[in-house]
Amino acid sequence: MARRTKRRSDAPIWMLYGAGLLPALWGFYLGSIGELGADPVKEFEHRLGLWALRFLILTLMVSPLREIFSINLIRYRRALGLLAFYYVAMHFSVYMILDQALDLNAVIADIIKRPFITIGMASLVILIPLAVTSNAWSIRRLGRNWVRLHRLIYVAAAGGAIHFILSVKSWPAEPVIYAAIVAILLAWRIARPFFLKRRRSTRTSATRQPRSA
Amino acid sequence: AEVLKAKRGPYATDEELTPLKDVSTYNNFYEFGTDKADPAANSGNFKPKPWRVKVDGLVSKPAEFDIEDLIATMPLEERIYRMRCVEAWSMVIPWTGFQLSELLKKVEPLSSAKYVAFETVMRPEEMPGQQGVFQALDWPYVEGLRLDEAMHPLTILAVGLYGETLPNQNGAPIRLVVPWKYGFKGIKSIVRISLVDKQPPTSWNLQNAQEYGFYANVNPEVDHPRWSQATERRIGEDGFFGSGRRKTLPFNGYGEEVASLYTGMDLKANY
Repeated sequence: MARRTKRRSDAPIWMLYGAGLLPALWGFYLGSIGELGADPVKEFEHRLGLWALRFLILTLMVSPLREIFSINLIRYRRALGLLAFYYVAMHFSVYMILDQALDLNAVIADIIKRPFITIGMASLVILIPLAVTSNAWSIRRLGRNWVRLHRLIYVAAAGGAIHFILSVKSWPAEPVIYAAIVAILLAWRIARPFFLKRRRSTRTSATRQPRSA
Repeated sequence: AEVLKAKRGPYATDEELTPLKDVSTYNNFYEFGTDKADPAANSGNFKPKPWRVKVDGLVSKPAEFDIEDLIATMPLEERIYRMRCVEAWSMVIPWTGFQLSELLKKVEPLSSAKYVAFETVMRPEEMPGQQGVFQALDWPYVEGLRLDEAMHPLTILAVGLYGETLPNQNGAPIRLVVPWKYGFKGIKSIVRISLVDKQPPTSWNLQNAQEYGFYANVNPEVDHPRWSQATERRIGEDGFFGSGRRKTLPFNGYGEEVASLYTGMDLKANY
């Protein structure tokens, strides 16, 4: 793979932010003109939550794609992670403002008493320090601790998947499938050291290709 | 759908009706899929005619009724009822139907009959939710009422809404409506009604007994373990902005008529 220069264009990243926010704008537009079905608030809330989970999954896919398939999307990871956080924040805002009509007592009671909302809220809180430290300055400043801190995305993603399953009745396919994808991506983090060690030893013996960090 | 002739009954409400579009596109009818839009989208192949309802069990005159005969001979009434879903949303629906008690009187329940059990049709070839790997519930869907609940004048078998025969997604051709209970008690597309002496099994209770009781009376004091039942969103009313949640009323506002059925019962234990 050709080594790219540091001063390449940031345009694709900004396009990713733009495209990533389209589902939210589109949902808001549909809701405003009364085209989100019979329960528009719930539908909008649900769509935002779903996109939050999708962006969390995309963020978690960046490493395995590179490690297993040598597809390097690392420069998009921050945008994907931040998009996930924005969607989580919008999901919660819609719940608080449109769904509960800013009845803070009801919101607080929900967070304390309903396990699925407790878990969702915990995931949101966990993502805050990650979003705040998603910049070059924080990476330099925090060093190894930055990596440790950002492993909390595993907890947030698991929380998001559980939150989805617990929010529905019975066992419909959709939340189960999302949870399975998250589970596989998290399992990879456990399997990774064994997989990479094996591959490294076979590679070394075959081509003695040097590995970059 | 066919137009039904019915007189306006004594039970009505002046609350604004939920638009037909919402009543017929926002449904929980898991036999056609778990998404609210699934029943309207997937029930096109369902054949509500011809149809027969068997009424048997502890009765002196078990019988099978043809839906056409029921529509022609039963005293049809329009009943405008609030419908409160266990998921904390609600609607106001103009049903056309007759009192379940009228049908039960025809078969003459024995004194040993204490409960009424209901069963939905089983037709995987017409109901995609009844096939496949992921099945939300054990089929057929079953529900039940205590006999005094079943005989209560508010309890009806609906054959229509908005003055016409029921759309497939709303439980065609005949369904139960018990307005003081959560919507899932309103079993749809009924093929069998049995009088029994013991509390019959009910589908959602079998699926998750902690969350869905046999009684399922609307009760703002008893939360679903995963969400509050204190308030509800009225479908089709609030739009996108400034949604005022309304307070959920005990027995969905029908307490005056039905609270006496439960005198001395602990409604927290019998949820």
